[in-house]
Amino acid sequence: MAGIKLENVTKAYGKLEVVHGIDLEIAHNEFVVLVGPSGCGKSTTLRMIAGLEEITGGVVRIGDRVVNELPPRKRNISMVFQNYALYPHMNVRDNLGFGLKIAGHTAAVIEERVAEAADILGLSELLDRIPAELSGGQRQRVAMGRAIVRHPDAFLFDEPLSNLDAKLRVQMRAEIKKLHAKVATTVVYVTHDQVEAMTLADRIVVMKDGYIEQIGTPMDVFNHPVSTFVASFIGSPPMNLIPATISDGTVRFTDGTALPVPNRLKDLVREGQEVVFGIRADDITPIGHGIHEARETTEIELEVDLAELLGSETLIYSRLAGQEVQCKMFDPRDLTPGERLTFRLSLDKAHIFDAASLQSVRAH
Amino acid sequence: MSRALKNRLRATALWFATFLLMIVISVPGLWVVLSGFRPNREILAKPPVWIPEKLTLNNFAKIFGFGQDQVAIPVLEYFRNSLVIATTSTLIALIIGMAGGYAFARFRFRFKNTWFLGLMLFRTVPGIALSLPVFMLWSRLGIIDTKLGLIIVYVSLNVPFTIWLIDGFFRQIPGSLSEAAQVDGCTRWQAFWRIEFPLARSGIAAAGVFAFLTSWNEFALASQLTRSTDSKTLPVGLMDFTAQFTIDWAGMSAMAFIIIVPALILTFIVQKHLIAGLTFGGVKG
Repeated sequence: MAGIKLENVTKAYGKLEVVHGIDLEIAHNEFVVLVGPSGCGKSTTLRMIAGLEEITGGVVRIGDRVVNELPPRKRNISMVFQNYALYPHMNVRDNLGFGLKIAGHTAAVIEERVAEAADILGLSELLDRIPAELSGGQRQRVAMGRAIVRHPDAFLFDEPLSNLDAKLRVQMRAEIKKLHAKVATTVVYVTHDQVEAMTLADRIVVMKDGYIEQIGTPMDVFNHPVSTFVASFIGSPPMNLIPATISDGTVRFTDGTALPVPNRLKDLVREGQEVVFGIRADDITPIGHGIHEARETTEIELEVDLAELLGSETLIYSRLAGQEVQCKMFDPRDLTPGERLTFRLSLDKAHIFDAASLQSVRAH
Repeated sequence: MSRALKNRLRATALWFATFLLMIVISVPGLWVVLSGFRPNREILAKPPVWIPEKLTLNNFAKIFGFGQDQVAIPVLEYFRNSLVIATTSTLIALIIGMAGGYAFARFRFRFKNTWFLGLMLFRTVPGIALSLPVFMLWSRLGIIDTKLGLIIVYVSLNVPFTIWLIDGFFRQIPGSLSEAAQVDGCTRWQAFWRIEFPLARSGIAAAGVFAFLTSWNEFALASQLTRSTDSKTLPVGLMDFTAQFTIDWAGMSAMAFIIIVPALILTFIVQKHLIAGLTFGGVKG
């Protein structure tokens, strides 16, 4: 059992550098999710931890061992692949036991551990089937079973749910969470799905273009995004981001609408600064249809362009200074497009990013 | 007419057409095999005798040197030569084909496409066009009329094909299987033999059969490069039956039968692999 530590890790293919000096420390038994859009280097980073990609620069440690030069088999990790990578010519039992067999365990030990893993994952009935005879969710479970039988130092998951349909994905997500509770081990999990990241992670690592953009707990990353990128990537719908200028102590939009600068950010902005104002849909709600008692609010009148009924809430599309903004109406009533409503905007939940660096003003 | 009847009629018609086609394809082979078991007189009879009146093993006894009238043709030596040359060249072509096919399917290297195209273009050159240069080269090297000489020729004839075929099979196997095996504790070498090789086995078997048959049946180059019982193969040996004024059709057919049988047996043995469509259910279906 061990943590994982990356120090200034880089990866280059020839002259093209795709991962630029990543530092990351993952604690023992921690569930860390690397999340980001495709091409952000998250899978490459995972594969460097696994030993499937050479490390161009920096140091990777698993436990106290530097593993840079070790082949995958000597790193005592296991990995669940996006396409499951089950051995098609072996039945489930042999798939699960393969690693143990290679490691030279006796048949009795293999039998016992396979039975244990099959029990945990509900595969006991399927041991004699071959992968082609399994459903997507069952294959996924076999892949996880193959990972746990070897009692590795860490599990690596490479977008394991992206081949499943939406319903199954939600179900397997919960199973992975339960599995981690049962089999406490360090987990590094790669996904491009921010919902998976939010629901599974102890800590989220948001990556972009080969850099780490932000590391934090899901709530931290959700509530305090360091940049417009994180703000728009984490959370659904994405945070509304509207360009503005700081003028006379207000956030002034291009159409002249002005909002007060949130109290906690007053000292962090300067007069005339070009900024991006960020607010989540949850925090602009028609009066009487909000969820939480905000401490610091302001009111703003907006026109309803489109209302999407989601059942317990309605997503309202509107415009502010020519930008589309999404607002939420909880405990909804029927709305007609063109209707003007007064919204309560929770200033204590608002964010201000510098327009030039796109970093949160709090980050400086 | 009911639909079921219609379907049935169509199936029958198709079956009949296939049967006719198979007869056209099989008759020459059948004729040769039958001729191997009947006397020369009956083979040459006019009008032709379709159904043999009596089957005899005399022709075989004759060419193997038993019985009263012997034909001095060293069939056993030829058979041994053919077997040694075809087996060895097939094994070498398979080893190179596996290494090459794996490399083309898995690795990225400079001029990969050029190499591949080059190999394929090599296939388009008719072997006989190279017979004169090869003959001269081999005679300088002193490997005319040796098994080695023919083995080298057959290996180079077969390698482009085995690489091409085996490459296709390895390409179908996702790279993540080998990676999963390596994470599971295998060396790359073990991952290959335990995971990728078994999955590509049908392709490798198919490549092997084709390579073997090519070498086993090849006549043109062998007839140029062989002289004596040291290296003459069965197809070349067949020509021994043609004398200046006579052709011993019966003996020749008997020997043709000996050439055909091992090829047929081999094809039957690996048939399972040739047809086997291994389902790649281990990855997303």
